Amino acid sequence: MIHITINGETRQFDQSINIAQFIDENNLQGKRIAIERNGEIVPRSQFTEQFLADGDRLEVVVAVGGG
Amino acid sequence: MDNLIIAGKTYASRLLVGTGKYKDFTETRAAIEASGAEIITVAIRRTNIGQHADEPNLLDSVPPSQFTLLPNTAGCYTLDDAVRTLRLARELLDGHNLVKLEVLGNPETLYPNMVETIKAAEILVKEGFDVMVYTSDDPIAAKQLEEIGCVAIMPLASLIGSGMGILNPWNLQIIIDNAKVPVLVDAGVGTASDAAIAMELGCDGVLMNTAIAAAQNPVLMASAMRKAVEAGREAYLAGRMAKKIYTASPSSPVEGVIASAQSK
Repeated sequence: MIHITINGETRQFDQSINIAQFIDENNLQGKRIAIERNGEIVPRSQFTEQFLADGDRLEVVVAVGGG
Repeated sequence: MDNLIIAGKTYASRLLVGTGKYKDFTETRAAIEASGAEIITVAIRRTNIGQHADEPNLLDSVPPSQFTLLPNTAGCYTLDDAVRTLRLARELLDGHNLVKLEVLGNPETLYPNMVETIKAAEILVKEGFDVMVYTSDDPIAAKQLEEIGCVAIMPLASLIGSGMGILNPWNLQIIIDNAKVPVLVDAGVGTASDAAIAMELGCDGVLMNTAIAAAQNPVLMASAMRKAVEAGREAYLAGRMAKKIYTASPSSPVEGVIASAQSK
């Protein structure tokens, strides 16, 4: 069991998954999002290469209305 | 053509608008169209994870293919948060470099923290961002931001969302006179005359959100703002007449006025 903090909330995963799998499991596929992992941008091209590890901190963002 | 040029790109409209505070994306889109704006600000926020799968996305209503999106750092109080937010924005928008930097210093006034703003601008410029920067109306800070390499200086006219208008035209004038990059009033415009005054001072553009979104009829106000910015710009280019204090000057000929039988 690994623990990952996503947008400030801690979640549990049974095993290490890659970012692409994380996106699929959370209905984020096809959406315009950007992901930061432990303070570093994860380029879209690395979504299948990067696997989540225990203690990771993810930020998943979208564009919203604002001035 | 009298175009606005920012970071080498040419824009016909000198009005930049935000996308916040509208009742829905349909109203957002209608107001933006009425405003004629080409540069549209957006905020970057955490998304809902695993819920609201069908939530509408702002970028479906204002697609990057039709507008120049200007991601901002609204809500950021540290240079670290601001820099991280814009790195995420660049990834989100496929390498798009034009950004609006603001680092706030106080949640009540939303006044910018200029020390953090300047440090963040230095980092972002080094990383290749084209930084349009929100600043206090301090001419020294404005000049420092220009020297760092910011592509546009955007002083407040009054507090964000206050609608108080142009409170210190003299400071804006100093900033405009000393800048070699575009100066845009960002924040404080309340109604069309405020936008016209900013442009008459010689601002290169005006950025606003609440003045349109919080109007009783946002789409009509967006149209008014478009005209006000154009009118103010034309008045600035035309060069206003000199003010004559205590001296009237008739517009009609003084000769040939008909006289009554009693006079002369």
